[in-house]
Amino acid sequence: MIPTDWLGPQEWQAVRLSLRVAGVATLVSLPFAIGVAWLLARRRFPGHGLLSGIVHLPLILPPVVTGYLLLVTFGTQGPVGSMLKPLGIVFAFRWTGAALACGIMGFPLMVRAIRLGFEAVDPRLEQAAATLGAPRPWIFLTVTLPLILPAILAGATLGFAKAMGEFGATITFVSNIPGQTQTLPSAIYALLQTPSGESAALRLVAVSVVIAMGAVLVSEWLARRMKGRG
Amino acid sequence: MLEVAFRHRFPGLALDVAFEAPSGVTALFGPSGCGKSTAINAIAGLLRPDQGRIALDGRVLFADRTNLTPQARRIGCVFQDARLFPHMTVEANLRYPSRWRRGAARDFDRIIGMLALEPLLQRRPDTLSGGERQRVAIGRALLSDPALLVMDEPLAALDEARKAEIMPWLERLRDEIRLPILYVSHSVAEVLRLATTVVLMRQGRVLHSGPLTRILADPELAPQLGAREAGALISATVEGREADGMIRVATAGGPMLLPDLDLPRGQALRLRILAHEVILAREAPQGLSALNVLPVTVARVDGGLIQLSFGNERMLAQVTPRSVKALELLPGTQCHAIVKSVSVLPS
Repeated sequence: MIPTDWLGPQEWQAVRLSLRVAGVATLVSLPFAIGVAWLLARRRFPGHGLLSGIVHLPLILPPVVTGYLLLVTFGTQGPVGSMLKPLGIVFAFRWTGAALACGIMGFPLMVRAIRLGFEAVDPRLEQAAATLGAPRPWIFLTVTLPLILPAILAGATLGFAKAMGEFGATITFVSNIPGQTQTLPSAIYALLQTPSGESAALRLVAVSVVIAMGAVLVSEWLARRMKGRG
Repeated sequence: MLEVAFRHRFPGLALDVAFEAPSGVTALFGPSGCGKSTAINAIAGLLRPDQGRIALDGRVLFADRTNLTPQARRIGCVFQDARLFPHMTVEANLRYPSRWRRGAARDFDRIIGMLALEPLLQRRPDTLSGGERQRVAIGRALLSDPALLVMDEPLAALDEARKAEIMPWLERLRDEIRLPILYVSHSVAEVLRLATTVVLMRQGRVLHSGPLTRILADPELAPQLGAREAGALISATVEGREADGMIRVATAGGPMLLPDLDLPRGQALRLRILAHEVILAREAPQGLSALNVLPVTVARVDGGLIQLSFGNERMLAQVTPRSVKALELLPGTQCHAIVKSVSVLPS
């Protein structure tokens, strides 16, 4: 048995919340990231540059600005937030808001990795599949996606790692409420603000290092396994 | 019958391609960059030409208001680079079309057998040799139940040994599967071995198209295949074996003798007679070591290349301009063609 009492209940809560926030942020944004990466890699349309710019914005803007923009858009008084509220979807000061902030901050990293994957797939393989009678959605599922799986994994790992570490946008958008929105980085930040919190902060730092390393190792293992198959 | 007529502009090359491909193997022949690949991409639906009409067995594939997708055209493609799916086994590659082209699923065992693919089924494309990869690509294209098979320089990426390995499979394909084949090549040797019809292309245009035998016996067109290759291809049938072992064959110009070959009586052959292997004589020659002397009529004179007709066949002789004058070779002149050597191609 691994002893669990070296972290206090509040710290464990932060770890669990962070894993949930990062997991949900990655899984929900992944299909959108694949779609946007495909558009940017394979399609030429008016607004191509604009879309690319908007997607990359969270990478360049100060995270506090992104968090503030999320707050004024998705807050209960914001244009989108007030529309979603009657449907029971609330982001402000909830863990879902933390997931939204983390998803948006990690989005450009995922799109970049997956877009490189699309650009590396030889479109002539897809042409060959078309001459064999396969409809385009089927070609995408059976030829394109399997060939870019390593890139998708790389993108998901980057997005997950980014989400685990996201601080500025999250704390601006959903604040730092223990049990609600206090993720690992905000818990570390809060502990460092209290005189006796340094050793607990250090333990949480160790946890985040272990999780980040674990994510990288798992994705490398998956990529190797897939390479063996394909 | 494939009917092709289209125009397309690229920066630096304007294509104006028109030809018809009857059943059998039609070779699209020309140097690299003359527009052969563009033509087959337009036929397969992978490139939309600026304008034109493409039809297969009366079914319009492309016209003013029609542009069928590659999926709807039913044209099997074998590309120079095979384009096997790298993340699937050979078997998964071969079965890929069967979900959408059910007609071919019943042929699986027959095509696997014909191309001897059984031992490769569980392998992955990156473990195959270049020749094996092309064989799988041919099998996969056949299993898409095509109405036309298009092959874009399928041997160009292979070394001589691999080419020799694949060639018999292509001949088998031509002889066993009743499927029109469009074969793109810049190799005379491949065209001679496989083609029944030739479309000669130069710089985006069709120079000439017609039966291979006609082009080979045409003094103007034959040099387009390469100067050393000028000469005719005529058909012959094995009649029997002489006492000394030589084989007697019947041709349109009369009997000819071939060296001892293991050929059964009645076997159809194609004889390749190069223009520089033919000598002309006005009088029937006496005391010659050459065995094959055919009475012929001069049909055309083009510089030193003389087109000769005998029966319904044509062949070429390469002579000097001085001989043309000395022998007074004019269309209609009767003379004797002394054939020094003949090569035999399977028919």
